[in-house]
Amino acid sequence: MKIRFLVAAIAAVFVTGSAYSATLDDVMARGNLECGVSTGLVGFASPDAEGEWEGFDVDYCRALAAAIFGDSQAVEFTPVSTKNRFTALAAGEFDILARNTTWTFSRDTDLKQTFLGVNFYDGQGFMVRADLGVSSASELDGASVCIQTGTTTELNLADFFRVNGMSYEPVPIEDNAEAKEQFFAQACDAYTTDRSGLASTRAAAENPDDYVVLPEVISKEPLGPLVRHGDDQWADIGRWVLNALIIAEEKGLTSANVREMASAPTNDPEINRLLGTEGAYADMVGLPNDWAVHMIEQVGNYGEIFDRHIGVDTPIGLTRGVNDLWTNGGLIYAPPYR
Amino acid sequence: MTIQIVALVGFMLLISWLISNTIQNLETLGKGVDLWFLFETSSYDINQKLIEYTSRSTHLRAAFVGLINTLIVAVLGCITATVLGILIGILRLSNNWIVAKIMTCWVELFRNVPVLLWIVFTMAILIESLPRPASFRGENPESSLLFWDSIAITNRGTYLPEPLFSNGLGDISIFGIFEVSLDLVAFLIVLFACIFVSNILKKRADKTQQNTGHRPRVWPYRIAIIVIPPIVLLYILGFYLGKPELKGFNFQGGIYLRNSLIALWLALSFYTSAFIAEIVRAGILAVSKGQTEASYSLGLRPSLTMNLIILPQALRVIIPPLISQFLNLTKNSSLAISVGYMDITGTLGGITLNQTGRELESILLLMLVFLGISLGISAVMNWYNSTVKIKER
Repeated sequence: MKIRFLVAAIAAVFVTGSAYSATLDDVMARGNLECGVSTGLVGFASPDAEGEWEGFDVDYCRALAAAIFGDSQAVEFTPVSTKNRFTALAAGEFDILARNTTWTFSRDTDLKQTFLGVNFYDGQGFMVRADLGVSSASELDGASVCIQTGTTTELNLADFFRVNGMSYEPVPIEDNAEAKEQFFAQACDAYTTDRSGLASTRAAAENPDDYVVLPEVISKEPLGPLVRHGDDQWADIGRWVLNALIIAEEKGLTSANVREMASAPTNDPEINRLLGTEGAYADMVGLPNDWAVHMIEQVGNYGEIFDRHIGVDTPIGLTRGVNDLWTNGGLIYAPPYR
Repeated sequence: MTIQIVALVGFMLLISWLISNTIQNLETLGKGVDLWFLFETSSYDINQKLIEYTSRSTHLRAAFVGLINTLIVAVLGCITATVLGILIGILRLSNNWIVAKIMTCWVELFRNVPVLLWIVFTMAILIESLPRPASFRGENPESSLLFWDSIAITNRGTYLPEPLFSNGLGDISIFGIFEVSLDLVAFLIVLFACIFVSNILKKRADKTQQNTGHRPRVWPYRIAIIVIPPIVLLYILGFYLGKPELKGFNFQGGIYLRNSLIALWLALSFYTSAFIAEIVRAGILAVSKGQTEASYSLGLRPSLTMNLIILPQALRVIIPPLISQFLNLTKNSSLAISVGYMDITGTLGGITLNQTGRELESILLLMLVFLGISLGISAVMNWYNSTVKIKER
């Protein structure tokens, strides 16, 4: 672990100089996108049986690759732990980090990262064994709590127990895989992380009904992709790929119908602008004219990605809830594409 | 000579270029080198803390908590590794075929697998095989406490009885930074005083023996002097053992050795003991066989031969490489995070680094700390080496 940091620190010496050159040019020259993802969180980023990465965050990177190269497979994934992710991003180990990362003030400013938006509105919760008979987080006084180290959840946890005057024993762990091992072996009474992560972990249990996610949500965790400071064009591309996925869902563009919609201008000018049949909007950000067509065709819109990996029909089984479109009463909202 | 100077100047230029480039690049990023983050509130909790620490304390204090945890595992590890290593090294030379082969297996097994795997493996065994706290509950619990309900071994850690004092002296605060138990201080003072007095008795006995050839029988007095006053002191302070009890989710009370500490400690000790065993074996083999034969011919038994003749000479060969092993063990303890043990790599180099984004400063401080610890160990061991090496006159 130490060596990794040293490499990162040394890399920072050489790489920070090039951080100001255009990331897009670097990516184009390399021929693929490098994307930092979770070390294994089913539904968000995990390798499937063939070793192909799949998941909600993975598909965001695939969408970005499709937008740049017209090929959603032109991505290389680097699994990175919660502890190392910012150092690795700052050191240029990958171009973009899509790893259930909470957007916070200090990460945005002090850590010199640019958050590109929110692709999942989450909140921190607790999961316990059903046979403990605990029905609320306020009954957790004295419990051992497994916690991924280096996360905002770690700070929320400390605040939650301090404010409520309860004691607890933090059991720090490095990643979700180890958390599962410890929690399922009852080396800790409760596991705390974002509720989406809890749902994912619960789904991976031998018998998911043995575990309950407690009702309390103790924090706001807006998760989203991020890039390092210093390249606004690259940040714009990442931001508008996310926005385009949302607009596509709002406008009813799906992987099935986008090719047809792009064949000729439609009645809706925003669709035309997005799909490149009207104006030259793609040039403004340095992407090919039909970037959104490739992206939606290969990866789908926001709703399709959600349903495919974490929706109610998957083992994760999350409802859209606050992550529904604003038109359906949710928080998912993109600025207009004009 | 000229080439060497040119190379040196070139090397120093390269280093200074690297440093200035780093600082300049970080400043362009708006991240100039700055240590004030150490005095900000840390906002995170640490489970194993020997000094007072809450999530309202500073990052600096968190680093100290981590440093103490590093030192705990390093000291425990060095002691266990040395004891095991010497034992195994000697037994590997045993004339008993089975014992010698078992020890060979131990050495080859532990030193040929990366220490990180041993740490993770030990932790996995502890977590999966030991009883859960819940299994101590109920009318007919599956598991029970050991030794008259005083030791609880669970898959979260081991709870030992804790020395408590019903009319203790309280704590004394040192510079307001940490607190030391006065009971412990009093106990240690009395104990050392007794040992001192007992040594005076021994010296007098030695002197009498040298002068008259007859040794007075002092050992009962020496034992009495060492044992009785501390016991009286403990009685006055109202000493009793606090036993762990299952309350709520976990055991409460007692000394709590977390599995992360135990796993790290055992794995580091076993791993390093394999190397120390080889050093010990080499040291013993370096002592000429004639020494053993001479000792046997004087009628000394094998154990006495080993203790009085072989080991004192072997130590001269053993100590210098042993220092390296102690340093290795201490540095390897930075793998602690793999089992969630909050050493200084976990606090300063982990959570603090991550929450403040001060990579360069944190890593540099971490390197300085490890450099300091290592130089300290080297200094102590070199001093010890100078006391056992051949005295040349």
